Amino acid sequence: MIERLAGEIPRFFTLQKLVLLLEAMGTTLAMTVIGCVLGFLLAFGIVFLRQTPGPLALPIRLAAILYVEIFRRIPFLVVIYLVLFFIQAFVSNASLFAIAVIAICIYSTAYTADIIRGGFESVARQQTEAAAAMNFSRWQTLVSVIVPQSWPVILPPAVAFAVGFIKDTALVSQVGVFELTFRGKELNNEGFSGLLVFGTIAFLYFAMSYPLSRWGRWLEQRLASSPSKRPQQRLRPAHRP
Amino acid sequence: MNYTFQFGVAFAQLPELLKGAVLTFELGLLTFWGGALIGLLGASLKTFGGAVLRRLAGIYVIFFTNTPALIQIYFLYFGLPEVGILWDKFTCTLIGLTLNAGAYLTEIMRAGFISVRRTEMEAAETLGMSVWQQIRFVIVPHIAKAIYPALANFFVVILVMGTSVGAVIGVDELTGQAINISTENYRWLEMFTLVAGIYVVLTLVASLSLALVGRWAFRVKAKVF
Amino acid sequence: MHHLQVRDLSSAYGPLTVLKGVNLTLRKGEVVALIGPSGSGKSTILRVLMGLTPPTAGEVRVDGTIIDYRSSASIRAARERMAIVFQQYNLFQNMDVMRNVTIAPVKIKGRPRREVEAEAERLLAKVGLADKHRAYPEELSGGQQQRVAIARALALKPEILLLDEVTSALDPELVNEVLDTIRGLAAEGMTMLIVSHEMGFVREVASKVVMMDKGQVVEEGTPREIFDTPRTDRAREFVGKILRH
Repeated sequence: MIERLAGEIPRFFTLQKLVLLLEAMGTTLAMTVIGCVLGFLLAFGIVFLRQTPGPLALPIRLAAILYVEIFRRIPFLVVIYLVLFFIQAFVSNASLFAIAVIAICIYSTAYTADIIRGGFESVARQQTEAAAAMNFSRWQTLVSVIVPQSWPVILPPAVAFAVGFIKDTALVSQVGVFELTFRGKELNNEGFSGLLVFGTIAFLYFAMSYPLSRWGRWLEQRLASSPSKRPQQRLRPAHRP
Repeated sequence: MNYTFQFGVAFAQLPELLKGAVLTFELGLLTFWGGALIGLLGASLKTFGGAVLRRLAGIYVIFFTNTPALIQIYFLYFGLPEVGILWDKFTCTLIGLTLNAGAYLTEIMRAGFISVRRTEMEAAETLGMSVWQQIRFVIVPHIAKAIYPALANFFVVILVMGTSVGAVIGVDELTGQAINISTENYRWLEMFTLVAGIYVVLTLVASLSLALVGRWAFRVKAKVF
Repeated sequence: MHHLQVRDLSSAYGPLTVLKGVNLTLRKGEVVALIGPSGSGKSTILRVLMGLTPPTAGEVRVDGTIIDYRSSASIRAARERMAIVFQQYNLFQNMDVMRNVTIAPVKIKGRPRREVEAEAERLLAKVGLADKHRAYPEELSGGQQQRVAIARALALKPEILLLDEVTSALDPELVNEVLDTIRGLAAEGMTMLIVSHEMGFVREVASKVVMMDKGQVVEEGTPREIFDTPRTDRAREFVGKILRH
């Protein structure tokens, strides 16, 4: 086996193949970033809808809740297939990359919505009341008061989710997008050793995931110690014995 | 749109799908418990082991949490035959998922280990408990209660995300069955919508039961929603 | 016509009745103080007036106009005429002092920024914080934050100012600077409804004191009447306890 590997390595690590793999990595990253950023933005919308007040808005609130609860409980692979066949029923020659991004977006919206909701709820209710007492609309309160204060609580988990999603995009290979796992399967089918190919692919995923997750943790530290997180003013002096 | 929905056809296949659901559940259970054992070992090494063991456990965790489960499974399924190990699809999926789960569970358990405060152990000691008794009556219950929500949540995650990966190499769990049947009756949308529904029900039942068990056994409020 | 008239106001939270048929009147320029034990509903009245807690019965009129708390337009109109200062100041943590004071007049009322900022400078100077424009709430003491909160409320040019135990969360040394500010406002003729535990201050600045217990008005009168010659047993009991400090 060692001899086989030794023979394959020079054929495997050619410039051409390297470029191919790098492109595939680019596709993986692009899908993840576009899908997760869109998902992040849409998640804000979902949370906003979910908080619409009034009895008439019950269907809207319900729809928002159902969306999140359902898509958090379906495997990503199933979501991919659903999006694929649903879109192809309407547009038979839709771009596979677009389909993948839409699937990623739908999925990450559901997960990120919970993160954002948690962030909003972490802002003291009194802030919302003060804004309401001054006739702020719900939207204005969100934009001017709640969102700025919830960044440190929202951003780190949202980033961590996106970084973690890089690995999940491997499933998108099933619909034929030319990302990293797909190229891996291709190379394996061409006859290269499975150990070599998938070992390398694993390493390439690692090279994307690990540094970014370290960056995510750095971001979290940075946000946690920003001026807005300095210790709150004491309201009453501590009793001195 | 030139597609007419035929849900009747999909529902007729329910028994076949449920067979797949059973396999999903089996896979989930085995993966979880296997991963938990690894997690226990890994957390122990990382908390109590010497520098070398801690390093090794650390590398294991970092590697398996930064590479896709699918690639890990592919590695086993397509790579191992080259060294003479011929595992079937199910085994490769199981081992791959277990190793993957083990890495995450190591971190979950380690958090539990760390959460035991010295003071609790000292209190137990002054009460005259032996080390073994301390472990049994103070440490284990404390850790179990502390990490139960995370464990329960992780089990549901495995059930939903992890097991479906097997479908890619042809394991006949729920998603795999859906693929199998769809390639024959071409009712992909209906089949997968139905399967999505089954997954939602499956995970809800699992979350609910685990939350109830948590409340009863540990007085822990694990989240369902 | 009364500036503010509250008639038979009730508010319930599920089975718990917080306000039971409260009657209250304020004339223009009058300073009315609400006193009573915790849980008597004093703060709830202010919250109901500002539309933060819904009433279950009763009527509120400002200058004769009824406020319908089921209509969001009516609530908005009410909030144009009344402003509230909270016990916990509730300054927006993510904005500096100047922005805290100017954001509502500029963004909500649509007044020109230059004009509002000039006004804000004047108000901040008036409450004694002329040099703190760029400070953030977390950099200020409780007393300073509360004075910013008062400036913020005044920037809205309210007809009626509601003050909800505005000194209760402050260190004793910081209470006086806030009371001084309120004293100044009373002297200028601002109609105010004050919930307070500071009996000395209430006695000095209020023209009418209303004592509440368990969601109802127990007694009302001038400070002299309430503190020196309370008529009802309940009022006597309360005044006896608090004035022993």
